[in-house]
Amino acid sequence: MWSIPFVPPTASKEGETISALYWTISWLAVFFGSIVLFGAIYLAVKYRASNEAARRSDAVETDMKLELTWTLLPLVLALAIFAWSAKLYAGIYAPREGAYEVFVIGKQWMWHCQHPNGVRENNELHLPAGRLIKVNAISQDVIHAFSIPAFRVKRDVVPGRYNTMFFTPTKPGKYHLFCTEYCGTKHSEMIGWVYVMPPEEFEKWLAGGGAAAAPTAMSLEEQGKQVFEGVGACNTCHMNPNSAVKAPDLRGLFGKKVKLADGSTVVADEAYIRESILNPAAKVVAGYQAAMPSYQGVLSEEQVIQLIAYIKSLANQKPAGGQ
Amino acid sequence: MATITAQTGTERVNYLNVRTTVASWLLTLDHKRIGILYLLGITFFFLLGSIAAAFIRLELSTPKGDLLSSDTYNKMFTLHGVIMIFLFLIPSIPASFGNFVLPMMIGARDVAFPRLNLLSWYFFMIGGLLAVIATVKGGIDTGWTFYTPYSSAFAKGEVSLAIIGVFLVGFSSIFTGINFLVTIHKMRAPGMTWFRLPLFVWAMYATSLIQVLGTPVVAITLLLVAVERSFGIGIFDPNRGGDPILFQHLFWFYSHPAVYIMILPAMGVISEVIATFSRRRVFGYHFVAFSSLAIAIIGFLVWGHHMFTTGQSIYAGIVFSFLTFLVAIPSAIKTFNWMATIWKGRVHWDAPMVYALGFLGLFVIGGLTGLHLASLATNVHLTDTYFVVAHFHYVMVGGAIMGYLAALHYWWPKMTGKMYPQSWAKLAALLVFVGFNLTFFPQFILGYMGMPRRYHSYPEEWWALNLLSSAGSSVLAVGYLLPAIYLTWSLKYGRIAEKNPWGARGLEWELVDTLPHPHNFERVPIVTRPAYDYAHPEEPTAIFPAPRPAYVGGGGKDG
Repeated sequence: MWSIPFVPPTASKEGETISALYWTISWLAVFFGSIVLFGAIYLAVKYRASNEAARRSDAVETDMKLELTWTLLPLVLALAIFAWSAKLYAGIYAPREGAYEVFVIGKQWMWHCQHPNGVRENNELHLPAGRLIKVNAISQDVIHAFSIPAFRVKRDVVPGRYNTMFFTPTKPGKYHLFCTEYCGTKHSEMIGWVYVMPPEEFEKWLAGGGAAAAPTAMSLEEQGKQVFEGVGACNTCHMNPNSAVKAPDLRGLFGKKVKLADGSTVVADEAYIRESILNPAAKVVAGYQAAMPSYQGVLSEEQVIQLIAYIKSLANQKPAGGQ
Repeated sequence: MATITAQTGTERVNYLNVRTTVASWLLTLDHKRIGILYLLGITFFFLLGSIAAAFIRLELSTPKGDLLSSDTYNKMFTLHGVIMIFLFLIPSIPASFGNFVLPMMIGARDVAFPRLNLLSWYFFMIGGLLAVIATVKGGIDTGWTFYTPYSSAFAKGEVSLAIIGVFLVGFSSIFTGINFLVTIHKMRAPGMTWFRLPLFVWAMYATSLIQVLGTPVVAITLLLVAVERSFGIGIFDPNRGGDPILFQHLFWFYSHPAVYIMILPAMGVISEVIATFSRRRVFGYHFVAFSSLAIAIIGFLVWGHHMFTTGQSIYAGIVFSFLTFLVAIPSAIKTFNWMATIWKGRVHWDAPMVYALGFLGLFVIGGLTGLHLASLATNVHLTDTYFVVAHFHYVMVGGAIMGYLAALHYWWPKMTGKMYPQSWAKLAALLVFVGFNLTFFPQFILGYMGMPRRYHSYPEEWWALNLLSSAGSSVLAVGYLLPAIYLTWSLKYGRIAEKNPWGARGLEWELVDTLPHPHNFERVPIVTRPAYDYAHPEEPTAIFPAPRPAYVGGGGKDG
């Protein structure tokens, strides 16, 4: 306990560049801060009233050159930092292809994480080193925030919308996971650990069922299929050639543009599918009636995520009868 | 107050001895008395907020949550935030010192709307007491930010009552803002042109603009939270079709500019104090004046920098970050101009100047760490950690309260007619500076390591720095208690102050008596020189015109 840390571990690609930016700003701050702090004290001592030796006759009241210098110099430096940091910011939040996707559900007061193959964990998240990770997070109640200081990333976890972030863990190890958006009584207990593992070890862990230590029976998309055909009974109308109600075919839908009844178009991403399940009347597909009931309160966030995974898995299939 | 009246009041009428009944205070329309009323009110609330802070630091001196329960801890930091922001920092300098000196500075007998001024104090006190009652009746645990849907659909307790309290306090702030804007526009003495105004007046003008334009937004927003809580109408709660992020947009549209409501008046005070104690006109007067306006205007366009991690679009984030870097520049301009004012000045190390130098030291750290937060990628790591806590305490406690203490020590002789012991005051300034750094500098380090704010317990490895912070806060507490002691002492035992003990320029020092007359000036003065005209000591800043026969003996006793 006598080793007192002053910096966090750095365990992701993003963490390395953000640290570099952090220290650049910090040293600039030390430089300018010292000029002001020690400069002001030096001047106040040197030009103290009792020191008549200090010349004062040439004191001016304003000087355009000086004003421009201390306006433009900080401005240029500020804009350089701004540009650098904006680039890194886009690197964390802009969508990217080919990532290993983890679903995170925040609720008062725990983290629930779901791997694509169906492995679930609570307040723990295992990740492979060296691979781009996408966290797709949603809250079941109030706003939380998913923060991993060792990676220098965090994302607010908001009810009603998917928020994503991207990062690449580099160093195997055990790192803090915090909720950083105040969420009520046990906010400070909404914590956990992120384990970064060497890729082979991670694959083994995942195949072995993770913490459950037994291989999961079903992947996320298989669980979604079960909801689709079970609780949700979505297949009564969707992709049922004998259905009395006409409903859009969901094969080949994900990621495509959808034409809506009001003439606008929308990309069928996670947010759109979630909305269409919970609030179907909001965006009705062109050529269809707003006949679908809302599943708000019927399906849990977890089940919605499973359904999305299932619909995503249908992306490469052809819709019946062509479109 | 009664003792002062007894000692100095026999010779002439002043604002204290003109009437001494309780009713004369509670129904006063005199801007100076209202300033004093505000001073008493905010001191009371500051004390409450400080007690809550003490509990927070005490709890955090060990990693485990062992002193308070989680709920009690959450209520403590909410109490601390609500009181310090809405009931101390926002009204602090404008409503107390602004009220007291602004009319004198521009050569006016009072503010434009004296009744509105008194009404604002009542709104402030009633609203503040409602917020306190909400706390006593079980408390609120939403944090001072009242984030939805937690505040509107989940939090227990008297959230709506507290919101109504803050709503009323908001109106007091709007009233003060309107009053000052109209006063500055319409009641300047003849000859007091815009560019002869003291920079404190410019700062108050910029502050008032924000108060008038921003406060209604937060008032309505908080009311909507209360509506959602009480009537279940879906505005912010996604389960009822609302948008929780909308609340943050509306809330920060006011609450970011509100940060400038807190710091601009302090900057105004620092301009006054540095000029006075350097015996020099503020360097680059126009740049300092316009930088206040620039801060007020650009400050309205940066609210989204509180929301870089919420999921707002990347482009929105980039624009808000850009504007945030821009708003940093006027503060840099002010800082360099203050230094240039000291340069080749004739610096007197009196207590207000020591506080002003303390302000510079703390404000510059607070300002520069703002760059870490304005910058998008580092913000993602640092937001909602102790880095943010440290940053805004450096600006708002280090900056605004240092400015407040500088103002208190600077205008104290004018307000009370008494001098306080200089060496004690300088010692207190030093203690505040050291204690403040001990308390809050470790929090930058904790924040960079990722310690989240509003945590009741934390991992063991952060114990040492937290302990240091808690220990530092006791030094800070002594630094704050000292002025309370020696200033109170000075009321009875202090040396009687001269009219212009600091040798300052400005109407409130040159023309207004110590313990001012109820009407400030015998006659409306005519201003002949710009502010801070230390280069021409033989020329008065303003003169009284020769009295016209009809007004001989005027200036009345009708206080």
